[in-house]
Amino acid sequence: MAQKLDRLKESPSQTAGPYVHIGLTPNFADIGGVYPDDLGAAMVGDKTKGERITVKMRVIDGAGTPLKDALIEIWQADAAGLYNSPAERRGAADPHFTGWGRRATDMVSGECVFETIKPGRVPFNDGRPMAPHLTVWIVARGINIGLHTRMYFGDEEAANAEDPVLARIEHKVRVPTLIAQRSGDTYVFDIQLQGDDETVFFDI
Amino acid sequence: MSNIGAPNRPPEAGAFFQRDRDWHPPAFTPGYKTSVLRSPRRALLSLNSTISEITGPVFGHDMLGELDDDMIVNFAKPGESAIGPRIMVYGRVLDERGIGVPGVLIEVWQANAGGRYRHKKESYLAPLDPNFGGCGRTISGDDGSYCFRTIQPGPYPWPNGPNDWRPAHIHFSVFGHGFGQRLITQMYFEGDPMIWKCPIVKTINDPQAIEQLTAALDMQATLPMDMRAYKFDIVLRGRRSTMFENRREGN
Repeated sequence: MAQKLDRLKESPSQTAGPYVHIGLTPNFADIGGVYPDDLGAAMVGDKTKGERITVKMRVIDGAGTPLKDALIEIWQADAAGLYNSPAERRGAADPHFTGWGRRATDMVSGECVFETIKPGRVPFNDGRPMAPHLTVWIVARGINIGLHTRMYFGDEEAANAEDPVLARIEHKVRVPTLIAQRSGDTYVFDIQLQGDDETVFFDI
Repeated sequence: MSNIGAPNRPPEAGAFFQRDRDWHPPAFTPGYKTSVLRSPRRALLSLNSTISEITGPVFGHDMLGELDDDMIVNFAKPGESAIGPRIMVYGRVLDERGIGVPGVLIEVWQANAGGRYRHKKESYLAPLDPNFGGCGRTISGDDGSYCFRTIQPGPYPWPNGPNDWRPAHIHFSVFGHGFGQRLITQMYFEGDPMIWKCPIVKTINDPQAIEQLTAALDMQATLPMDMRAYKFDIVLRGRRSTMFENRREGN
């Protein structure tokens, strides 16, 4: 008999359900007066460094219908490519940018909008630069465990072409599912849960 | 910035242990009908965590309001309180190595004692409680401990099968130190016969995993003549030591 490893099991996930707004965006759900603001609602202030962008996201089910009860969180580096996190060892990030945003999808249109800045590049584990990206996490009724994916930027063709994570996608036809197209200052990113254009989701 | 990780040690920056996908519910669970059209069907792309998942935002205790962790009164009119069995829910946030995780943002939401949520899309017969909003939050302490007060939620019917009911439960959103640890789950109550009949609970295959989500009634921690206590520990993904990570010189 060898020694026991004595590890615990991660708490198993359960769906966020249809009323996730009550807990995570109560003001959006008309439960006022408990918290002053919904967390993650404002990402950018006057002092935040970087190019202002708008990101519009939808989550679309296998019947082509946008989810009207989803919740999306994004996490990103600052304009210089540094994360505002204690685990960031490479330098101090912009103190006026947390890098984290949270939005519920609209109960009518299914769209949510993040006002943020375009992130800089951060290194992959072997030191090669990754292309600028947002790390994206999606929960909703009917989603049993939160889905991790990434949003890359359509106007970063050269960086995307050498991104070590995109390079790991065996079926190149699926790479565009992670790339948002730019129109003016707005990027549009549709996350497809199923079908021929199913978004690449990560176990990461 | 708050002190993350054990006191007097630098913040941890190792990659996370891989998730045990057999312990978690799979995406496609036809018994829970909404999952049918909302479940990815392709294989997930598996990768070691990168800096984008290892890092995460910090939530400081100074963001909390005085009543954020008290759902009995945080929506109630002055001098009034929510209707229902008064309980405290307490426990620790640990990681898979058994280490207490401080600074974890825990956000909870739930139905009222009649099983009714305060939400515009909710239409159950049970009435709203004017003194109950249904949301609370707290941040774990130095040893990973947390506690909040609420009323025990009621079970309620939901449209899935013709006669499906949810067991009494509290939703938990748990935000650890890395975005890759992000977790939402639900807490159930010891001894509730509804647990084992619920299609959402049954998305989890292993009965031991379901028991991990079932809070224990703790009569020792119960406050006499006030409120019963339920203990609910939460486990987040563990992380490897950076001491042995592949890394470039100077990193």
